[in-house]
Amino acid sequence: MTRYFSQEHEWIEIEGDLGTVGITDYAQGQLGDITFVDLPAEGATFEKGDSVAVVDSVKAASDVYTPVSGTIAEANDVLADQPELVNTDAEVGGWLFRITLSDASELEALMDEAAYKDYVASL
Amino acid sequence: MSEYPISDSDQEPEELAPMLLPLDGWHRDHGGRMVEFAGYMMPVQYEGIMAEHLWTRESAGLFDVSHMGQLFISGEGVDAALEAALPIDLSTLKLASVRYSLLLDENGGVLDDLMVTRQEDGFYVVVNGATKWDDIATFHELLPEDVTLNHLDDRALLALQGPKAVDALERLAPGVAALTFMKSGRFTLGGVEAWISRSGYTGEDGFEISIPGDAAAEVADLLLAQSEVKPIGLGARDSLRLEAGLPLYGHDMDPERGPVEAGLAFGVNKRRRLEGGFPGAERVQRDFAEGTAQKRIGLKLEGRQAAREGAKVFHGEQEVGIVTSGGFSPSLQHPIAMAYVDAALAADGTALSIDIRGKKLGATVAAMPFVPNRYHR
Repeated sequence: MTRYFSQEHEWIEIEGDLGTVGITDYAQGQLGDITFVDLPAEGATFEKGDSVAVVDSVKAASDVYTPVSGTIAEANDVLADQPELVNTDAEVGGWLFRITLSDASELEALMDEAAYKDYVASL
Repeated sequence: MSEYPISDSDQEPEELAPMLLPLDGWHRDHGGRMVEFAGYMMPVQYEGIMAEHLWTRESAGLFDVSHMGQLFISGEGVDAALEAALPIDLSTLKLASVRYSLLLDENGGVLDDLMVTRQEDGFYVVVNGATKWDDIATFHELLPEDVTLNHLDDRALLALQGPKAVDALERLAPGVAALTFMKSGRFTLGGVEAWISRSGYTGEDGFEISIPGDAAAEVADLLLAQSEVKPIGLGARDSLRLEAGLPLYGHDMDPERGPVEAGLAFGVNKRRRLEGGFPGAERVQRDFAEGTAQKRIGLKLEGRQAAREGAKVFHGEQEVGIVTSGGFSPSLQHPIAMAYVDAALAADGTALSIDIRGKKLGATVAAMPFVPNRYHR
């Protein structure tokens, strides 16, 4: 399993042609208390960079962009009742959706964990 | 991921570098996350909006509102001059009493809302931060030469809000517990001269504390040393006032709308409504007599997704209004909003819907305040 990060503060963990996507712990800290997550429908197809989910915090609504193109395989329905999981467990239990990649080469444009850490430190 | 922050229409339109308030360093030292608001750097949150909000409702929150404009208006004939400028009845405003009023334009549109306090030798007026420069210019146009307007820009303004605010403040400024809602007085707070009123913008009991700017950090330290008190940012200030049904200038009221439509008729005192003689009186009197096409209402939303400013309101397929403030209510644990809708659809319980990012979500007209006020009357 390999994990990549985007400049928009999403993480994606790859297993075969399936990617699990969430927002990073840094991102949830910036957003504050998350009160609602709007998730994509299974089977929907998106291009890399499309807005596929919305994370609502007390202060604002934020788009979540998919870091890769593909088809939604699953959404994390647990978040309907427990949106705060994105705060408390952003990079494990607070995952947002799973996407079947249509072009694995898109991963090359993403950062690894060390590069993402450097990127956050530079902000 | 990208963020749509709390609408920034309060900011000065010019791209000026944000100004710093007396407590700027204090906020940073206490972990405040600073953002630009109304031309100043202000703390949007410390430990988190939800926790700060709930702390204020159960204990006491300390807010820095020094961006607001503190004015002192005095001189020969100041009562008559101020009555010509505002729809306020000063004949019923006693010494040290505080009253809500409105600055209206010639067409009766709301330029700002403000608090007027009668002091021994004039009137202490607090206006919104984003509008204070325009307000000062408007007052200069409206007030005669014998009347002087001083901008007390060397003073800071703190608010201590919540059910335990009185316990904390009485310890430091003995005598404040005897004030009732919308009453004020001069006190000594840790050796610092302070003008303190029992008022606020959260729906809770609490106080607003005007002090010299150079003593602000010292006073803030004293207040924060009380076990009841935590620092609270602008984010919770917004969610608290929304639950309290209190409109925010530039969002829930603006020059396009009059006080009747905005649900601020109480800001036009009865004698003035009958007699007129203030800017925009004709339109205000007509609105009282004939009603308005739209009204400001509260909405309780279904589900958990919040409606934000600018979301359109529907009745069936018909667009009937617009959301002017909205968010998730920390106290009620569901989204709430303020909106303007057609007056015929303003009754409590009316079923409407709101277009949120392309989906129509159910909402019901609800009485405000959403959370009961707990003023000390």
